[in-house]
Amino acid sequence: MYQTVYHRASSVDEAVSLFSKSSEAKFLAGGQTLLPVMKQRLASPSDVIDLGKIKELQGVELSGDVLTIKAGTTYFDIMQNADVKKAIPAIAYLTSVLGDPAVRYRGTIGGSIANNDPAADYPAALLALGATVKTNKRSIAADDFFQGLFTTALEDGEIITAVSFPVPAKAGYEKMRHPASRFALTGVFVAQTKSGEIRVAATGASESGVMRVPAIETAVKANWSPSAIDSVSIPASNLLADIHGTAEYRANLIKVMAQRAVAAAG
Amino acid sequence: MGVEGIGARVVRKEDKRFITGKGRYVDDIKLQGMTHAHFIRSPHAHAKVKGIDSSAALKMPGVVAVLTGQEIVDDKVGNLICGWAITSKDGSPMKMGAWPAMAPETVRFVGQAVAVVIAESKNLARDAAEAVVVNYEELPAVADVHAAIKSGAPQLHPEAPGNQVYDWVIGDEGAADAAIAKAANVVKLDVTNNRLAPNAMEPRAAIADYDSAEEHFTLYTTSQNPHVARLVLSAFYNIAPEHKLRVIAPDVGGGFGSKIFIYPEEMVALWASKKVGRPVKWTGDRTEAFLTDAHGRDHVTHAEMAFDANNKIIGLKVKTYANFGAYMSLFSSSVPTYLYATLLSGQYNIPAIHAEVIGVYTNTTPVDAYRGAGRPEASYLIERLMETAARQLKVDPAALRRTNFITQFPHQTPVIMAYDTGDFNASLDAAMKAIDYAGFAGRKAKAKAEGKLRGIGVSCYIEACGIAPSKAVGSLGAGVGLWESAEVRVNPVGTIEVLTGSHSHGQGHETTFCQLVAERLGVPISQVSIVHGDTDKVQFGMGTYGSRSAAVGLTAILKAMEKMESKAKKIAAHALEASEGDIVIENGEFKVAGTDKAIAFPMVALAAYTAHNLPDGMEPGLKESAFYDPTNFTFPAGTYICELEVDAGTGKTSFVNFVAADDFGRLINPMIVEGQVHGGLVQGIGQALLEHAIYDANGQPVTASFMDYAMPRADDVPSFNLSHTTTLCPGNPLGIKGCGEAGAIGASAAVINAITDAIGKNNLEMPATPDRVWRTIHAA
Repeated sequence: MYQTVYHRASSVDEAVSLFSKSSEAKFLAGGQTLLPVMKQRLASPSDVIDLGKIKELQGVELSGDVLTIKAGTTYFDIMQNADVKKAIPAIAYLTSVLGDPAVRYRGTIGGSIANNDPAADYPAALLALGATVKTNKRSIAADDFFQGLFTTALEDGEIITAVSFPVPAKAGYEKMRHPASRFALTGVFVAQTKSGEIRVAATGASESGVMRVPAIETAVKANWSPSAIDSVSIPASNLLADIHGTAEYRANLIKVMAQRAVAAAG
Repeated sequence: MGVEGIGARVVRKEDKRFITGKGRYVDDIKLQGMTHAHFIRSPHAHAKVKGIDSSAALKMPGVVAVLTGQEIVDDKVGNLICGWAITSKDGSPMKMGAWPAMAPETVRFVGQAVAVVIAESKNLARDAAEAVVVNYEELPAVADVHAAIKSGAPQLHPEAPGNQVYDWVIGDEGAADAAIAKAANVVKLDVTNNRLAPNAMEPRAAIADYDSAEEHFTLYTTSQNPHVARLVLSAFYNIAPEHKLRVIAPDVGGGFGSKIFIYPEEMVALWASKKVGRPVKWTGDRTEAFLTDAHGRDHVTHAEMAFDANNKIIGLKVKTYANFGAYMSLFSSSVPTYLYATLLSGQYNIPAIHAEVIGVYTNTTPVDAYRGAGRPEASYLIERLMETAARQLKVDPAALRRTNFITQFPHQTPVIMAYDTGDFNASLDAAMKAIDYAGFAGRKAKAKAEGKLRGIGVSCYIEACGIAPSKAVGSLGAGVGLWESAEVRVNPVGTIEVLTGSHSHGQGHETTFCQLVAERLGVPISQVSIVHGDTDKVQFGMGTYGSRSAAVGLTAILKAMEKMESKAKKIAAHALEASEGDIVIENGEFKVAGTDKAIAFPMVALAAYTAHNLPDGMEPGLKESAFYDPTNFTFPAGTYICELEVDAGTGKTSFVNFVAADDFGRLINPMIVEGQVHGGLVQGIGQALLEHAIYDANGQPVTASFMDYAMPRADDVPSFNLSHTTTLCPGNPLGIKGCGEAGAIGASAAVINAITDAIGKNNLEMPATPDRVWRTIHAA
């Protein structure tokens, strides 16, 4: 690790102020990506601004048909939370199969979506559920937030404060775990909103990160059942290929995981 | 058996320090004035080193020195050696390219060091390393063994034309060919044994401390065999004569073979310590472990097995290409030859065997012994062949094995090994009963009705352990003897120190070796301590690998104990005014048999040291040593059966049951044996399902971190159902065969046989990743 200056911010405003005074600062949430990258000397921020102790970034609120998870809430706290389990159990399940126990104790939802790893689990949930990302400056629809590999709509120095999920009628997530990293080799989140809209998002599969899967949405809209997806054909073009999965395999996984997610959603 | 004697499930003495963070590993050691080394490693698989400019680095804060490969060559530090000479079939010696500790001219794998920065801290050394400019001229590289032997392939070493190290044969080719020619059935199989990265939990590390007044070096290092390290460093690398070099291997966090070898980093640390006049520490990180710890396996094999009309095997012919990587590591040459082809008879009566092994250089990390070392490759091949044969001959796989089992012992195979004892039917029976083999067809049908693909796979392994009879291995080319030594020191108050040349790096010797003393003397194990891992303390030793520590190391302790007890009995007899022949040892007392006359062991010890009343002519003291050289290998064997289900939609494997029935001879501590089997099985399953060290066609490693290299985790493996069948090893007085490698040797074939049974297709390579299984299921 290169030398860096560590700051512990006590409020979002203080974090923003610290950022503006630094030359090349990075915000630190759970540190599950930034710290390994710094240890490998692939990142050398002048300053690290720790958001982990900011109280206003912690917690979960269920208000009517909206579940709000503050950005600094750890995966462990999310998967244990009674409101999450009640309102959107698919999110609790997704979180329980994310990484490993050590990752779940430290990692946060805000850190995950800000990083937008193409194989991260949360982006699929946000996209399928039509969530809204709240920052210190504005609200951004999930459809606009994720903009490709490790790229988001966030501006320099902008801090995610919370994610709001409309409570769906039904939702389910299934993932094939990457055997080494435990990211999603492919994961599919399916949701039926209370107004009847069907949204399906796949992560870990595409060369351009999390994506909607219109062919499956159409099939499932006509008939909410796993068998409705049997005849869907997912092209392998533009899908990721690596030593753990060919593009054809990932195309298959999109289908299979979608079927299982529909079954899990009930 | 006492409560702490042989056969007792004694809790490990060493665990208190390990689980409370009190272990003392190399990186925990800090010496006065210590500097830190960071190696500059090649990013290229094959390149000329055209120049190294360290001028900017030398001006950076805290930099003590930047040393290069040319300097280590100029100082006449020896090239790395390979300690087992193999002769090709044409009579020529194996062809070795020179391997300097840091490359002065040519780098041949990604991660090979070209220079080292010595600085006041690890971080300062890393900072400065980034300022060292190495000018490389890239050369074409080759990573695949078949590509490397093609004409026109990039050449690694001028000494080895065609990248061929050797072309070695064993057995009778004419007899094997004749058997195939007259066979009723010939079963053919091509298999790849995937390359593995060993990944001990503790990365390698070294601290070298040169004392200029005494001209003496101390090396703290992560070694499985500190005396062998001292011998090699002294005799071949010109570091220092043995009496001027102390090697200490303190607590070591796992080895699995990878810490047998003497690596460039230890040599450079020693040399640099003298050069800079201060202690030098190097602790590898995980990336360095992936790039530079010797890898394991990496065979490509074609085999043909001939059967007569009664399904009896009449011959076996094998051709294997072994990828050695860029250089020949310390024992690498022996692994695909004498540790592999000599086990190709498996548990079976095979009258004719011929094997040819072609060793090949590639631009990859060197390959050497890794848990099992050659024997997993042999066992995997034979057990895949047996399963393939059963499918081809349409007979039950267990029955086909039974038809061909060796049942008479001793049994001389056509490939050197003489099996001393065993009962292969007993372990097969035990495993079949444990898994309810007879009920499998019903379970498979039920699973099919639920849309699941269920399979069962058998693997009947045998290994040669207790390595090894020195004369035998010497005749086969080994550069060392493979005996072991021990010293038993009784202190005046009756406590006992046992000095052993074995080295514990996870095996639990500090408990099991005490159990032998407790068994013989009836003293509690708290009165005994095991001393190992320091060449200044322990007389000599060949270290721990090849499942040898109990069969060889503990037998040496037994021999020393017998000498000590003999003297103690004389002292006791003298004190009790009895005949020496009437003295028996019971519960910590030396008794006159059949009487109530007794003297406690501590009083015997005290008498030995006060020397006030010893038998006439007896030397004072109570300390004995012994060297033990085994007369044969030992032959642990057993049957593993795996039952699993494959998810046709994803290709993912889920275990239903995994049973192991092992014959290890006598068990010292069954709890520790079970731990060894669990660990071995997980490594075998890891090879079968997850692990693969991959290079791209240009020799760039693709799997140099745990984000890509899939190590097995707890939820990847089942709970194991273990049992033991026992035939005592006749080759050593304790009847021990060894248990350290069995799991890694036998497990992978059981898994692949089960998956291929489940999916109904025989051709499936390791690791059987979900992607690969899914593609195999859906292949035309």
